[in-house]
Formats: sequence, structure tokens, C-alpha cells
Amino acid sequence: MPEKRVVLANCGVIDPKDIASYIDRDGFKALKKALRLPVEQVIGEIKASGLRGRGGAGFPCGLKWDLASKAKGDEKYVICNADEGEVGTFKDRYILENDPFSLIEGIAIAGHAIGARKAYIYLRAEYRFLLDLLEKAIAQSKKRGFLKHLDIEIRQGAGAYVCGEESALMDSIEGKRGEVRYRPPFPPTSGLWGKPTIINNVETLMNVSRIVLKGAEWFEQMGTEKSKGTKVFSVSGDVGKPGVYELVLGSSLRELVEELARAEKVQAVQVGGATGRIIPGDMLDTPLSFETILGAGAITVFDKSRDMIDIVYRTMEFLAEESCGKCAPCREGTEAMVEILERFSKGEGLEKDIAVLEELADTMMLASMCGLGQAAPIPVMDSLQHFRGVYDNRISQS
Amino acid sequence: MSKIGEGTKPQSQEKRDLLVLLERAQSRSGYLSQETVAELAESLGLSISEVYGVASFYSFLSIKPQGRNVIRICKSIPCYLKDSQTIIEGVRKAIGIKPGETTADGRFSFELTNCIGACDRAPAMMINDDVHVDLTPKKISQILKAYK
Repeated sequence: MPEKRVVLANCGVIDPKDIASYIDRDGFKALKKALRLPVEQVIGEIKASGLRGRGGAGFPCGLKWDLASKAKGDEKYVICNADEGEVGTFKDRYILENDPFSLIEGIAIAGHAIGARKAYIYLRAEYRFLLDLLEKAIAQSKKRGFLKHLDIEIRQGAGAYVCGEESALMDSIEGKRGEVRYRPPFPPTSGLWGKPTIINNVETLMNVSRIVLKGAEWFEQMGTEKSKGTKVFSVSGDVGKPGVYELVLGSSLRELVEELARAEKVQAVQVGGATGRIIPGDMLDTPLSFETILGAGAITVFDKSRDMIDIVYRTMEFLAEESCGKCAPCREGTEAMVEILERFSKGEGLEKDIAVLEELADTMMLASMCGLGQAAPIPVMDSLQHFRGVYDNRISQS
Repeated sequence: MSKIGEGTKPQSQEKRDLLVLLERAQSRSGYLSQETVAELAESLGLSISEVYGVASFYSFLSIKPQGRNVIRICKSIPCYLKDSQTIIEGVRKAIGIKPGETTADGRFSFELTNCIGACDRAPAMMINDDVHVDLTPKKISQILKAYK
């Protein structure tokens, strides 16, 4: 399937500093249309499109909006998750740099749909250089009268991977440590300050104006049965042309990494960042979709010169460092895995370590409070499955 | 010693603004001193440990004095694949300190950080809010010159 620019349609085409260039490309037409429609119809359109969250979890966007819209309470919030911290992800940076207006339009439509008067964009600290551009884009949209129903405020993160997780993100906006919350209740009924809240990824919101303008039918013709539309991928590592690529969902990993990003001699690809699946080089025909592999679209390519255990060890070190520490399976499990993987990386593994890794993985996946701990063992288990020989060679002979 | 509330309106400060207030104090004084933490706790009606808990949680907030310029080199996998080790080594030689340290003249603090979202142009680093990409050991001294 070909490259298709839906989310990125305006990137490199409009001037991100000038709202007029966006309006010339049908900018804010979708918002005008949505404001004239009953909210049920707007939400119905998003539901019918099959749009699912692009931040990794893939929750149906229309359903989320519907829950928040129907939730009791006159104070509701929209949060745009721009805390793009997943290792190897930079698509949202590219989107924010090139087309902040489509995002603002998506947020404005979301606000109308759920009946929120306040929205936050939670921008990671590492992207502070984008603050000025974003603030100016909001100011221009306000001046043109597009934000009469909704106030959009940018909140800056302060450097914490876990704050990309939605409940930790809300705690951070509330001025606290970014620690994960117990659920239920879920944000659409009790989110920011206990009020009904929707949290959508930048890329999810980018799709909204397209769907409202062109219709659900147009959107749901793209993709697979359970993965509609396109996905924006961030490709890096051992490739000739690293960068941001948008493909129709269901396209193969091979098309993305070999044909577009020009990877050669692929040993493995990690799909979805630090906690993503590791796909060996002989499985590149795997389609990219919610049914198979996707995550937030981070694609890290490793060629045949790389030591996969070293990669997995360093990845686990990262996860141990970024674990918020609230629940024991994640806090202790990641540390224990680091200790074992470090020994394997030095050729000092023990026979019994493999079973310990598997037992730790079971506990972490089952008992961790959030996606970080639940998914942290994935690269370890995948590498054990596909590169078991490498582990066996690192078992100490002494 | 300056009061933390100066320049802001203390009466409008709320618990919910704690992170924003910490970020502001950090950008004003370069770090969050024990006094800052204590004053903020008192003005917001929070315990010192609560404020300290937030101040020490985030990697871009610092509870120890920092240099005028903070260098953060990305140590995550995509940059590692593009030899970020040579950049870390290059900066170490250029300013004579290890990650986690601050130069004696207070010009630089040196840290390693996790993915900064510049993997398409790795290896990359941040100095203050600026992102520097496509780094080579040769480029380092030229880049550092701009930060006094």
C-alpha cells in the first residue's frame, strides 16, 4: 500500500507561522461545520470512521468522546497529549513544527463535542523550542474567532517519560509527581481534577478535522478491518533515510523500512519504542496495524552488526530509570531484569536466569499498574523467542 | 534572600500550580534550593516533603545548583546506534567534567538524558532549550562557543 498524506497533508505545504496559509487550504472549515451540527452527529461521525487512538493503546476515539459527552458535570476538559517521550518517536514533533493549526482545529472540535470550555496541550520539556510557535498559532486562531467556545492552554512537562501515560499526565497537570492512578474510574467520567476528561494523542486529533470535513465513509475505506485510516511512523536507527512516513494502515513493515527508509541487512526492527515488539528480519512482511504490531509508530531498525542483547539491556536500563516507582512489580522487576541482562551482555549469564526472566515477565505483565510495567518485559521475551541462540552463547562456562 | 512569591501574585497561587511555580523558580534561579522548596510549601499550604517530592521527580527540575548552561546528551538507543558515545566523550574532553557534574566556573552542567525526539538526526543533544542534531565530535567546540 502506498504512502498517503492525510495527517501530514499540510506539512511542508502551509506556513506554520501564518494562519492565512492554513485557511487557504480549507483550514477551520471542519470546525465551522462541526459547530453547526448537533454534538451527537459529530461524535457519531468520529465513531463511524473507526478512528482509534494513535498514542499506542488504540482506544476507539468516538467512544471516548461519547462517554465524556454523556458524563455528568458542567466542567469538562480536553487534553492533547504532546508528551511524546517514547524512545524513537518524533512524529508529533514533526507535526507540531509543520502544522499546528490542524491540531488546534482538532482540539476545538473535540471541545465542542464533549462540551469542554478548557483544553490543555501537555508539551514535553524537550520540545520547549516549539512553545513559541504553538502559542502564536493559538493566538492567531483566537484572533480569527475560532476559539470562542474553548480556551487552550499549553502546560509544559518537566522531563518524565511516564507522564505520557494518561493518568500520570493528569497528575502532572494537577501539579503533582507524575504517578499513575488506579483505574477505574476512567478519565471520561473522572479525569483532570475529578472532572470528565478526554486525553487524545496529537496524531489522533490531527485526523479529526479530516474526518469531519470528508466524512466517516471516506476515512473508513482506508486500512484494515480494525485499523482504519493512516499511521504516521518515526523511522530511525540503521536506515539510509530516517524520518517521518505516513502509510495506510495494514502496509507491511518491509515497505516502510526497506523501500521507504532504505534499510539493508536488517537483523531486527523494534516497533513501538522501548516497550515495543522486536520483529526479526525474516518477518518483515508483517503488516502494521492494531491487529498485529503498531504502538505509537516508533520504528527502530537494527542491522546485522548489532548485538541484540546489548540493545535489550540498554532498553531495560531506560525503563528501570523511568519507572515511576509506585507499584512494586514494575519498580523491582525492571531493576532485576537490568541486573540479569547486564550479565548476559558481558557473557556472564547463568542457565537459571532465563527462567527467572520469564517468571519476572509474567508477574510484571499481570500485576503492574500501567502500560510501562506491563509492557516492559516485551522486548526481553521477544528477544528470547527470536534470538535464543545469542542468549545461550552468553551463558558463563565457568 | 528573595522571596519565592516575588513577581507573582502569592494570593493566586494554588496547589494545582505547584509544577508551574517550580518551573518558574527553576528558570529564575537555575535550581530549586531547600529555601525555595520550604517557602513554596508554606505559601501553598503543602508539606515540605510534598513539594520536594515533585521537585525531585522531574529530570528537568534540579535540587542542586546548576551551571548557566545545561548540556543534555541523548543516551537512548537511536542515538546510541549513531555513536552518541563519541559525543559524550567529546563533550567530556571539551569541558573537563563527567556527566552529573558542573564546571567550576559555573558555565556548564553536563547530563545524559533519555530520548529527546530527534532520532531522525541522531546523535543529538540539548543545550538549555536548544536542540543540536547531526552531531560529530568535530562540531562540539564550535557549538559550545555560543554558550557563555
